[in-house]
Amino acid sequence: MNGVDRTSSRVAIEVRDLVTHYGERKILKGVSFDILEGEILVIMGGSGSGKSTLLNHLLGLLRPTSGAIRLLGVDITKAPPREMQALRRKMGVAFQGGALFSSMSVGDNIMLPLREHTRLDRKTMEIMARLKMEVVDLAGFENLMPAELSGGMIKRAALARAIVMDPKLLFCDEPSAGLDPVVASSIDDLILRLRDAMGMTIVVVTHELESAFKIADRILVLDKGEIIGLGSVDEIRNSASERIQNLLHRRTEEVELDADAYLRRLTGEE
Amino acid sequence: MNLDISHKGNVVVLSLSGEVDMQHAPSLRKQLLSALEERRDVLVDMGAVDYIDSSGIASLVEAYQAARRNGTRFALAAVSDASMRVLQLARLDKVFTIHPSVETGLQAGV
Repeated sequence: MNGVDRTSSRVAIEVRDLVTHYGERKILKGVSFDILEGEILVIMGGSGSGKSTLLNHLLGLLRPTSGAIRLLGVDITKAPPREMQALRRKMGVAFQGGALFSSMSVGDNIMLPLREHTRLDRKTMEIMARLKMEVVDLAGFENLMPAELSGGMIKRAALARAIVMDPKLLFCDEPSAGLDPVVASSIDDLILRLRDAMGMTIVVVTHELESAFKIADRILVLDKGEIIGLGSVDEIRNSASERIQNLLHRRTEEVELDADAYLRRLTGEE
Repeated sequence: MNLDISHKGNVVVLSLSGEVDMQHAPSLRKQLLSALEERRDVLVDMGAVDYIDSSGIASLVEAYQAARRNGTRFALAAVSDASMRVLQLARLDKVFTIHPSVETGLQAGV
């Protein structure tokens, strides 16, 4: 793995004091971190930790209560639509479920961003899409419909679509979740190759420990809306923090039971 | 991207420099295909390319296939490490004829 030189690389993503709510409930409680150009940052956390919320904010899909998110120097909490549109051309997203259009062939799904955002010749677009299908090992499947693909193929097709524009920033939500170990490992290898060949900055949200340890330059661990760890694979793996170790070893934290509050919740008398 | 064209016998040498991206790939494609329409052999000098994206690579792929249909020669020369990594990503380093320099390409008859 090439990794990144932390002393000379530029910041690609900057998050400062990010606070978010769903209704009255605070989800992210003042989150700050940087991601360097060419770095692979893996965001980990248990269910309800805020990791999906954080990803949605990085994608500009949600508006935070306060704080700043700068992608390639653009503060997406304040950027006008035209600037956001230009930025989106430099971003690729592979959603957890693939988010492929079921009425379009795999090839058309992958080519879609090119048709939406460029005026390239049709032949160029077709070759670009097929190149990416080669890269994700889906060569020859362009005429299939998404419903005809296996889970691993859907994830790879989603990844091909995410990278078809050669984005500077690539976001992957659970890219290997639910896949058999061999397929999952091949997706991890692919993410590493994309970074090494294209210099992409990559953010991966995952709860797959093995995958995180394999691909991450750094791991960010979220718990209850706060960063409880941010460091290299070794730093996180060897962390003395009980909360991090609980998460890594999938131990459930023992929460002290407030019997009165519990009964009120169950009976709806809150 | 800058694109310089020179002729060495029947060979058109296209010298690329700078960034070959989506903004510039259409003009690269046009120049490549027009040289091939004239049934010239084409040598693409990539020595001064800082960055090439998939649209640039796609133009090279289309041109190479057109040359093969034509029965003319098509090769790349002086491919930088960065460009080579992009070619390798899709295993195109095993598809294109790649010469270490323009001179060696010309000596080999492209």
